[in-house]
Amino acid sequence: MSNLFVLLPVALLLGLGGLAAFLWSVRAGQYDDLDGAAHRILNDDEPEDPELNKGGNQPK
Amino acid sequence: MATLAPPAPPETGPGEAARAADPREAASTASLDLFVTEADAGRRRLDLHVPAIHCAACIRKVEGAVRKLPGITHARVNFTTRRLSAEWEPEKLAARDIVSAVEGAGFETRPFAAADAAAGAPDPASRRLLKSMAVAGFAAMNIMLLSVSVWSGADGATRDFFHLVSAAIGIPAIAYAGQPFFSSAWGALKHGRTNMDVPISIGVILATAMSLHETLTSGQHAYFDAATMLLFFLLVGRYLDSLMRDRARAGVATLLKQSARGALVRGADGSTEYRPIEAVAPGMTVLVAAGERVPVDGTVLEGRSAIDRSLVTGESLPEAVAPGGALLAGTLNLDAPLAVKATRVGEQSFLAEVVRLMETAEQGRARYTRIADRAARLYAPAVHLTAFLTAIGWLLAGAGWHQSLVIAIAVLIITCPCALGLAVPAVQVRAASVLMKRGLLVKDGSALERLATADTVVFDKTGTLTLGRPEPAGQIPLSASELALAAGLAAKSHHPLSRALLAAAKAQGIVPAKIETVLEQPGLGLEAEWQGETLRLGRPDWVGADGASSADLLELGFRHGTAPAVRIGFTDPLRPDARAAIDRLRAAGLDVRILSGDRPEAVSAAAQALGVSVWAARQTPQSKLDAIAALTAEGRQVLVVGDGLNDAPMLAAGHASIAPATASDAGQTAADMLFLNDSLMAVPQALESARRADAQVKQNFAMAVGYNVLAVPIAIAGFVTPLIAAVAMSLSSILVVGNALRLKVPE
Repeated sequence: MSNLFVLLPVALLLGLGGLAAFLWSVRAGQYDDLDGAAHRILNDDEPEDPELNKGGNQPK
Repeated sequence: MATLAPPAPPETGPGEAARAADPREAASTASLDLFVTEADAGRRRLDLHVPAIHCAACIRKVEGAVRKLPGITHARVNFTTRRLSAEWEPEKLAARDIVSAVEGAGFETRPFAAADAAAGAPDPASRRLLKSMAVAGFAAMNIMLLSVSVWSGADGATRDFFHLVSAAIGIPAIAYAGQPFFSSAWGALKHGRTNMDVPISIGVILATAMSLHETLTSGQHAYFDAATMLLFFLLVGRYLDSLMRDRARAGVATLLKQSARGALVRGADGSTEYRPIEAVAPGMTVLVAAGERVPVDGTVLEGRSAIDRSLVTGESLPEAVAPGGALLAGTLNLDAPLAVKATRVGEQSFLAEVVRLMETAEQGRARYTRIADRAARLYAPAVHLTAFLTAIGWLLAGAGWHQSLVIAIAVLIITCPCALGLAVPAVQVRAASVLMKRGLLVKDGSALERLATADTVVFDKTGTLTLGRPEPAGQIPLSASELALAAGLAAKSHHPLSRALLAAAKAQGIVPAKIETVLEQPGLGLEAEWQGETLRLGRPDWVGADGASSADLLELGFRHGTAPAVRIGFTDPLRPDARAAIDRLRAAGLDVRILSGDRPEAVSAAAQALGVSVWAARQTPQSKLDAIAALTAEGRQVLVVGDGLNDAPMLAAGHASIAPATASDAGQTAADMLFLNDSLMAVPQALESARRADAQVKQNFAMAVGYNVLAVPIAIAGFVTPLIAAVAMSLSSILVVGNALRLKVPE
């Protein structure tokens, strides 16, 4: 019984972590261009200016 | 997508400086600034539509070309919407340079208007639904883990503890994820109506309240898992529905916009200035270059030209205009530059009149009730009555208050319209996504429902039944060498007849002759010297053809030296498959009619070719609208297919409406669906898909009702446990979604 008090919070925290990650990814625009992501993986050269390669679609 | 490209992409290169004096070039540079918006920290932002992006290398080329420019702070291609967003520091760069860079990389491009740029971004409501769905999904899965232990036999303190943890997860999740339903149900109840969200909200709230009571009093059954799972499934349906609308909106935004958004105004001192359309006042002099759309209603001050009014009035023949002639905004100036005195702008213009007609016409459609809400009108009272009678029945049978209430709430949970909520969106989203692959954009689900019941179809002629692009009529009466010369002349002009001749010559495999200096005579035609002889291509009377009638502008004359002039006739051909499409519509039981703004002779010829007996010509927007209203008053459900500005009110008034992607802006806004291909087959395809979707929605309703017929007696008898509720709910939802996926689009 007592191990439940450890396992339950651990399980819930893991789940909450996943939920938070998903909500963040929605907000950051990770789902705005799904087809583009599939093609971009083929481009291996990085742009010269690292400023331009920051994640996310939305200009900050 | 080639037809969506701008008719004349602004060219760049060595000739730029030389052509800077050309008003057309000045206009396109200045008009680009109208599309630029302010971004953070004083930067500027521009969204460009780049339709030709189709591979990973294209993304790299376009982004690379733009990022090389000095002052660029952000440049990213969205592959899904074929859109480039760029931000830059205005002191180092002009918007023109970005367009040049993209074109330099070999891609045609045009800017998005600010309103359309916003349409490409996901709707905040969709994002909210997606987040709600994630929260409900998280809660449902975690509570299910706890519930499995309870069902497997956990009891006593363990069960109470698990119920408590379930409540701690479930109640906040329901409060957050249920909001779209609660607010919609409250809105309906406030106006004394019910919709699908009313039984959903009542079921979820009562189930949560009862489960909380059970948890606090160490009861046996808690339904937190059922309540969150219900919300999760319903949110999946809602999200799909919203996603479909977003996609259609983004698709509409990428279509070429026709109307002018600015005008080149000439001041009293002869200086010119590009102004946004709102800043043009009556009495100002506006310059319209050849190949441009007229930005305002007005009268011609200087110049002679031909005006293509097909998109505004449906008239297929270009009209010759001279000083004093009246012009409508949105018509296309074909031949020569004109100076126009603006007479009516803004509220008084023809466009504003059409928009007012459209708004009145749309009120009829707003009264349409979606099939799910009609089902809910029957369903909600039936369910609530059943639950109420169940409670009374158990009370009379001697059960206590508590037990009777618990059983009645179990009835509400089991009948909660989970499958019903998915039954409609699942089918409609599936139908819309297969139709989109065939080049048909469906703006929303209710369009499919309305289309399925149409029994009469009214077509516009110009631009709808026909392509709205002239083609040579029959064989061109020129030898191959002469045609090569004529095509060489035509290559130097933007006149639609010249372009049609050039395209026809190229289609015959003829290489246009390279003619260096071609003189364009405004309003008359083209002239050049070729091996010591004069070549002329233009109006038949100017070229010297006998019996020339200047009114009939759908004809070109060609003359080589002293040889007799040859007339080349043009027609506006019917769309490919027009006859087959109309026959298929008739076979589907629809009454086909034509309402056109064109001349009776032209309409009659088209009607005869298509075998349509009921037609009317010379229709104004108002008379088209009246005709639709008369048909509706007869009890008909009218499908309207049209494209022009003059069709917009009737598109809005029709029970359902379809427009080609080449339609005017107003037509695109008013129509429920847009088809991107040239073939008119899209119309019967859309109709048949809508009917299939309708049949499947009904199947899904039958399944959902069948499930209730099985499950409700068990619930009334008091045998429903949270386990049975969870299994029944998931099974019925999976069945309904599986059935929706069977939908295919007819050939």
